[in-house]
Amino acid sequence: MQAVKKIGSMALGAAASGAAAACCFCGGVVCAREAPVTLRVCSWEEYIDLGEWDEEDTIELENGNVIFGERPLYEEFEDWYRETYGREVRVEYSCFGTNEDLYNQLNLGDTYDLVCPSEYMIMKLMAEDRLLPYSDSFYDEDNPYNYYISNVSPFIQSTLESNEIGGESWSKYAAGYMWGITGVLYNPELVTEEEASTWAIFGNPKFYRQVTLKDNVRDSYFAALGILKADELMDDAFVHSADYRERLADVMNDVSPETIGQAQDLLNGLMDNVYSLETDSGKADMITGKIVANYQWSGDAVYAMDQADEEDFVLKFAVPRESTNLWFDGWVMLKSGIDGSAERQHAAEAFVNFLSRTDNAVRNMYYIGYTSAIAGNARDDTMYEYLNWCYGAGEEDEDLMDYPVGYFFSGDNSDADYLVKTTRSQMGRQLYSQYPPEDVMSRTAIMRYFDAEANRAINRMWINVRCFDIDDVPTGVWMALLAGLLVLVGTGYRNSKRR
Amino acid sequence: MNKFRFQRSQLCIPYGLFLVCFVLAPLIVIIYYAFTDGEGQFTLENLLGFFSSPNTIGTLAYSFGIAAATTCICLMLAYPIAYILARSRIRHRSVILMIFIMPMWINFTLRITALKEILTMIEGNLAYHPFMNTLIGMTYDFLPFMILPIYTTLLKLDGSLLEAAADLGADTVQTFMKVTLPLSVPGIISGIVMVFLPSMTNYVVLDMLYNSTYIMGSLIGAYFSAYDWHNGSMIALILLAIILVFTLFTNRYADEDAGSSRGGVLGG
Repeated sequence: MQAVKKIGSMALGAAASGAAAACCFCGGVVCAREAPVTLRVCSWEEYIDLGEWDEEDTIELENGNVIFGERPLYEEFEDWYRETYGREVRVEYSCFGTNEDLYNQLNLGDTYDLVCPSEYMIMKLMAEDRLLPYSDSFYDEDNPYNYYISNVSPFIQSTLESNEIGGESWSKYAAGYMWGITGVLYNPELVTEEEASTWAIFGNPKFYRQVTLKDNVRDSYFAALGILKADELMDDAFVHSADYRERLADVMNDVSPETIGQAQDLLNGLMDNVYSLETDSGKADMITGKIVANYQWSGDAVYAMDQADEEDFVLKFAVPRESTNLWFDGWVMLKSGIDGSAERQHAAEAFVNFLSRTDNAVRNMYYIGYTSAIAGNARDDTMYEYLNWCYGAGEEDEDLMDYPVGYFFSGDNSDADYLVKTTRSQMGRQLYSQYPPEDVMSRTAIMRYFDAEANRAINRMWINVRCFDIDDVPTGVWMALLAGLLVLVGTGYRNSKRR
Repeated sequence: MNKFRFQRSQLCIPYGLFLVCFVLAPLIVIIYYAFTDGEGQFTLENLLGFFSSPNTIGTLAYSFGIAAATTCICLMLAYPIAYILARSRIRHRSVILMIFIMPMWINFTLRITALKEILTMIEGNLAYHPFMNTLIGMTYDFLPFMILPIYTTLLKLDGSLLEAAADLGADTVQTFMKVTLPLSVPGIISGIVMVFLPSMTNYVVLDMLYNSTYIMGSLIGAYFSAYDWHNGSMIALILLAIILVFTLFTNRYADEDAGSSRGGVLGG
């Protein structure tokens, strides 16, 4: 009897879901009873504008655009999607702490449709065949709502196109969001630009216990490579070789056991010279003067310089001459989340497009402080106007210079349309960090993901660096321990005898 | 037919469920990961690796060193305070005790951040003495956990025993060594348990005070973020075993000393 009941209810369930499916496929017509599409988005913390701006935050650009963040962008997206496509979408927005956390979450069975990891994690996910390529219509520049493809910077797009995993270019799977480089944030009163423009500053005894490294293996390994390979990287023949960028990328991705071993010794030495390893506290410690230089991501450097400016304290940013790490975060769709649903994929692609609309990109840039991958185009110069709004020289300013950013905005650095009139004091400052000059960009290298074997070796190296070396215990401590032990055993023996 | 009848033992069901879901189940997962390799095959390699790697042994020694030193410092600071408080005739004893306990009410990270600034003012540069700073931070954090149990035991101490000791001709020092101290051992032991074990894994203090050497807690984290669940779980499991042994040992001691006032621990 029970079995029959069960089958009955199953049939009922199937009929109901069939009805639901029929309802969903009613074409372009708005279907009143249609259940909203749920889009599960996971990104870094504080990595999207949450709105609720104050009145004075309003950005009024010279092209007449007024930009103001009212509500969180993912909420505004829901309205935009309804108005544009006539369909309901609900965004479930959640955050992750590190790329590794995200990866672990995915492995533990969390499902997301759209996530925003860094380039090496995108590579790893791509290599593991977990990403869904963007549809062809996403790249259709004629569609007015395809903001991403019409606004993305040619520099970012060509970087994505020229890098491949398993014979497929990244641009098929990833849409750039924010990007930056790594360098050294320093206090110009105590450190010269010359001293700060090399990875070797972290081993410089002049700044004993006054510099900080990053508390993650990838950034620290990159700095170690920069120091280890400095001679090769600065060699004229190397720098001027025709395939400089490819060779540079190979050098900065060297994970041979010998190099890892050398890096370990080097990092062990650096650990005795640095103030600490940090992820977030370095910015505050620079401003309070606890340290004089720290390894910093360009976006955080901008933030720290802004904060310091408010306290009339000048900080500057230098990019090591050996090489610097070009990194970016990008939106990728996960096969496990989208799960063949055309609606979810459509919503996910629309979400990326919505964030790539220039006013939204400005809002995100203003809120996050990092540089957006969005550049706008000849018809929409909002991004460039925003740059001018931030860094353009005023009428009273003196000592002006032209700062070319054409490489980013149009793909041609000599483009006269993209020469920012700014003050010379911006060099080594916010503008320089947010949109580094082309000569700095020419020595960037992307750090690839480590395959399983290299990953294990490098993590072991890092743990070796971080763990306490038992050989460091001074003989006196061993003697004291031995004495203490003897006393304990002695009293224990006496006590037991007395009883 | 089968009428539901309420029994008192059924009150345990909510806690039982909690125990199964959040204590037992994770433990089983940890044990599974600790004894398997990447392919899910049974292996003892993680276990052997723990004892053959200089890193894990070094980290264990370092954690032990920090925990032992913190416990000693806490004990030396806490005992006199607890003793004076318990013996004093002040009417508002509890108010004074509260002053010692009050730091516990303030958010822990906030306290350590403040401590960081104070230490920077005193030392100039925190990075010169990372080990010492860690000890100061840990002591600051765990001192109330040492004061409270000792204070409670001393408070319960039967005053007639002290009078008897005095009547029989013992001077103050003798009374303390032969009566007060042995009788307060259970309090000392529970204080040690409450300070020693958490300070072995409390890596937040180290992080915030810029000591970049790993202790047990951070080592487990490092393995996990490198996707190495197996070695990380093994370390967690071994830590659990150490804690278990430690607790059993101290329990035995505490019981023994609670039973008789004869056997002093510290060379009595």
